[in-house]
Amino acid sequence: MSISSGDTAWILISSALVLLMTPGLALFYGGMARRKNVLSTIMMSFAVMCLVGIVWVVWGYSLSFGDDIGGFIGGFNFFGLGNVGMEPSGTYASSIPHLAFMIFQCMFAIITVALITGAVVERIKFSALMLFSALWVTFVYAPVCHWVWGDGGWLSGLGALDFAGGTVVHINAGVSALALVMLLGRRRGFPGESMEPNNIPMVALGAGLLWFGWFGFNAGSSLAADGLAASAFVATNISAAAAGFTWMIISWLHRRPSLLGTVTGAVAGLVAITPAAGFVTPLAGIPIGIVVSVIGYYSIVVLKNKLGFDDSLDVFAVHGMGGIWGALATGIFASSAVSGASGLIEGNASQVLTQLIGVVAVAAFAFVVTWILGKLVDAAVGLRVGQAEEGLGLDISQHGERAYGGLLR
Amino acid sequence: MKKIEAIIRQERLDAVKKALEENSYFGMTVSEVSGRGRQKGISLQWRAGEYRVDLLPKLKIELVVLDEDVPVAIDAIVRNARTGDIGDGKIVVLPVESVVRVRTGDRNENAI
Repeated sequence: MSISSGDTAWILISSALVLLMTPGLALFYGGMARRKNVLSTIMMSFAVMCLVGIVWVVWGYSLSFGDDIGGFIGGFNFFGLGNVGMEPSGTYASSIPHLAFMIFQCMFAIITVALITGAVVERIKFSALMLFSALWVTFVYAPVCHWVWGDGGWLSGLGALDFAGGTVVHINAGVSALALVMLLGRRRGFPGESMEPNNIPMVALGAGLLWFGWFGFNAGSSLAADGLAASAFVATNISAAAAGFTWMIISWLHRRPSLLGTVTGAVAGLVAITPAAGFVTPLAGIPIGIVVSVIGYYSIVVLKNKLGFDDSLDVFAVHGMGGIWGALATGIFASSAVSGASGLIEGNASQVLTQLIGVVAVAAFAFVVTWILGKLVDAAVGLRVGQAEEGLGLDISQHGERAYGGLLR
Repeated sequence: MKKIEAIIRQERLDAVKKALEENSYFGMTVSEVSGRGRQKGISLQWRAGEYRVDLLPKLKIELVVLDEDVPVAIDAIVRNARTGDIGDGKIVVLPVESVVRVRTGDRNENAI
């Protein structure tokens, strides 16, 4: 085992790229909130960056990647970064320092928790969100991460494919978001009152940062500066482009080509290609991207407009449904020429079934455990702000600040 | 003395301002306002579907004029703010008790 300077440089840069996705997400979500909640929405992502940045190094990494316990969770051998140093790990990414692998994984844990916040903005109590985030990383993210990526994890043993986190990050976050929405209830005034996004250019800037950072997310998941990284990089860009374009066309058919729709589509395309990026040929990004925007668009119509769930910033529709499609699409389009795994198109129908098992297992686990954690947090500190605080807006009621202050310019 | 408050379309401001200037009415205050009349509102797009915005952005022009100047000023505003479509706005005229120029302390007609 010797360290490759090229691989190490790429993974450290990729880690920084993935970190930047979280402030990008903060702008993406923040622009969609109402004016009185923009600061609190941004704060949620930023605070998660700080909180999970600590939880991960103390026990999160160890529970995810420590010595396997029954295929279910990692042990405490990496607790507090014990045995995690400048030399490569004996198990993971043998050409880069173990610390580089650990911090790359840290950024995934951060953004996964931050993704959930979009579903509960404008009404969740900040202290409840902090408590929930620490519990969720520990009891949901770490086990699921271990199942899929940990050495000895039961889903990876089954042959489930997840290149960069379609199940670990997106299905996990999307389904957990839905469970939390069900516990928390709708925002007052939803549906009916107009809930106008305060700054769509901010949403577009955030989406741009997500797209940029996603190259670290997907191409970095090759864990080496190699041909596979380049292939995943290209597949990622193609899928985002195809999905953004498709959502634009759908909105155009209904009315006008929408900016909010186009950037949402691009993010959905990035979600869908995430599990597939290193298993499919780059051009498979086109069908994967086109389909995810159709699924995402109509998921919002059904979930929000018809069923009335106030998944405020459509986390389940974009990340949950997009992640499910991505996982299944990996089983359909996987090409043995890329990473050795074959999918349905190459005659290996059983891969789709394996993917489906992964989807169902992670979705069920995430939903149930999130529900339990949500109930616990509600009993401990109360999940929701009071009526007056919600009316005033979370910026002032939770943080004593406002985004756009001052009469003088 | 009368105060004229005119709610107009944003895109008509320059024309209205120019017409008032041509009639030697330079002083005015303009502010951004939201409101509705018979136009009621418009719908905008969310990621999927639409939502209704029932208060629309308009501009409010306020100016104080001598009683005898009211018809000329109103005529200048109406001619230039009108498009003929719903949403052209409204003008109200209010009596003014007194006016003071802050710099000099001038009162009433001398302060207009």
